[in-house]
Amino acid sequence: MNTITNFEIYAPKLVEKREFFSAGHRACQGCAEALALRLILKALGEDIIVANATGCMEIISSAYPHTAWEVPYIHVAFENAAAVASGVEAGLKALRRKGRIPDRYVKVVAVAGDGGTADIGLQALSGAMERGHDMIFFCLDNEAYMNTGIQRSSATPFMAATTTSPAGKAIKGQRTGKKNVAEIMVAHGIPYVATASPSYPLDLMQKVKKARAIQGPSYIHVLSVCPTGWRAASHEAVKLGRLAVETGFFPLYEVENGKYRLTVELPAKRRPIGDYLKLQGRFRHLDPADVEKVQALVDKEFRKLMHKVETSVPWS
Amino acid sequence: MGKRTGMEVAIAAAEAVALCRIDVAAVYPITPQSHMAEHLADIIHDGRIDAEFITVESEHSSISACAGASATGARVYTATSSQGLMLMHEILPIVSAMRLPVVMGNANRAVSGPLNIWNDHTDIMPQRDNGWIVMHAENGQEVIDMTIQSFKIAEHPDVMLPVVLNIDGFQLTHMIEPLEFPTQEEVDRFLPPRVPFATLHPDRPISMGCFNMPDIFMETMKAKDQALINSKKTIVKIWNEWGKMFGRSYKPIETYKARGAETLILTMGSMGETASVAVDEMKAKGRSVGLVKMRLWRPFPLDELRAAIKGCKTLIVMDRAVSFGGAGGPLGTEIKSLLYHDDPRPRIVNMIMGLGGRDVQVEDFIAMVDRAERKEDDGYEYYGVRE
Repeated sequence: MNTITNFEIYAPKLVEKREFFSAGHRACQGCAEALALRLILKALGEDIIVANATGCMEIISSAYPHTAWEVPYIHVAFENAAAVASGVEAGLKALRRKGRIPDRYVKVVAVAGDGGTADIGLQALSGAMERGHDMIFFCLDNEAYMNTGIQRSSATPFMAATTTSPAGKAIKGQRTGKKNVAEIMVAHGIPYVATASPSYPLDLMQKVKKARAIQGPSYIHVLSVCPTGWRAASHEAVKLGRLAVETGFFPLYEVENGKYRLTVELPAKRRPIGDYLKLQGRFRHLDPADVEKVQALVDKEFRKLMHKVETSVPWS
Repeated sequence: MGKRTGMEVAIAAAEAVALCRIDVAAVYPITPQSHMAEHLADIIHDGRIDAEFITVESEHSSISACAGASATGARVYTATSSQGLMLMHEILPIVSAMRLPVVMGNANRAVSGPLNIWNDHTDIMPQRDNGWIVMHAENGQEVIDMTIQSFKIAEHPDVMLPVVLNIDGFQLTHMIEPLEFPTQEEVDRFLPPRVPFATLHPDRPISMGCFNMPDIFMETMKAKDQALINSKKTIVKIWNEWGKMFGRSYKPIETYKARGAETLILTMGSMGETASVAVDEMKAKGRSVGLVKMRLWRPFPLDELRAAIKGCKTLIVMDRAVSFGGAGGPLGTEIKSLLYHDDPRPRIVNMIMGLGGRDVQVEDFIAMVDRAERKEDDGYEYYGVRE
């Protein structure tokens, strides 16, 4: 386990002190997505431009005339963060080449939720990655349409209850497993793909810095615990993020030029998924047999990942 | 005055864009816009201009990328048609609300269904209320001139709004016409590099696209309306400047032998050329007929229209679009309502014609004038439909 001891001693040396996502925004208590964003921006520094999709992070941060963003920020619509970022990147490139803006490298960053990434934003994301724009796309995945009232997305996990995948008498919550967008991004052949969690802040920030240094497209999928939507205690958001990793439900890994690597190693005997599920009201309706089904799915996905970790080789 | 060259209008449109030294183009191909997209790609890939060409995966992304690029201060162009414009629909009012200059060429084509790739105005009409400046070109020379003018209008500090230039699909895009191009030096003089008002850059971080609560949303909407209405002054000023420089004048409403005519035909886009021949033929037979052409559709040039139709008894409004279940075509219903309080006002006859590439020829305009003069009710009418 890569648990960091004495974090409070190291933190000031490791973490940027300045805030680029300032306090006073309107996120729910215990929102791990806002925490993730804050850490991401600390790791990115000031020479960035953010294109944000409509969603929780946009709504909590940008009620005119207020803004929580200390870096240049643009929001256009829900499904097009990657397309807007493509335009920003192209504009910067052309203007810099022509000497109309300062000759300095500025990183373009797109930020979207799981809906704006895995569902309605998937086409724009695929296009931007395929075209090879120099940008980092962050999916801040809270596993449902939280901003509109906890409706399921394709990133909602198996059997989770949402308002459009309710725990009914005939159908017990979400019928499908989580769409693996990170894997879809690997299939685009982009140089860097990673999963991350604000419960592992140094791991998250290290990945952000790595992606920032790449000239080209990269993708970071951040599991962002949503106490409101997951029906969990707000003080347990960080703990839930750790349990997601420790149970193997959301392993932390990176894929550099096709080579998979776990960045947080897990013991051979992982914690049972029940430890993770039982803290969340969205899984309250699961009986022991259901938990077994979820466990089997987690095991299968984990095996698939480990196979890649063990066998993949870098493309170049 | 330069030399005239025979060239396809879609190709000429791309050449005009190149003369404007754009920084970014984001284009998705669609018939009948495709020659514009292809030729612009040729120009950029041959290094004739220094620009980024984003080969987006949809029109939704092309207009989104244009918004992002414009926000950095770049000069931005896109082109589309029909279904592509419909796919952009969601983003169009955001671009205008964010006051982002973008110039778009729209090769007008019927909207599906059923699928039809030929010309009418059913694609641009649903975009009418999105806060864009909407113009229509009548011939190839106007396409060149108005493309160049559009950048100056869109980027002007008193305007800062997106502009869509409508170019009738096939009927205009695919015509080969004798065309005259201004020189690069002339265009550079007319259109210097864009000086943006506010841009996305870390040196001065700003937030663009913040949402509005009910306490401010209406103020934003009124400001946007006002900005579009105010833009007319600058549009006219820029057109006058163009006229002085190049000897070709542009007005929000153009007229042809309209003064003193009892019956006026009102057209928009390329059909004005055909209608003018019809007017000549009817005039030669002693009929009192003239022509009024809408160049500017948004902001609506009401004063100019009033002046142009003054004294006429019958105004025949030609609509190349339908407002299904409504009171006529979009042009017809709007002109009727705008002139409602005028006294005297002409009798307004609204004809819906030329949908989905149905040809409208000189004799058709004459037949429509005959029909309008005989017509007794005030309702709109489809011309040339087989019953």
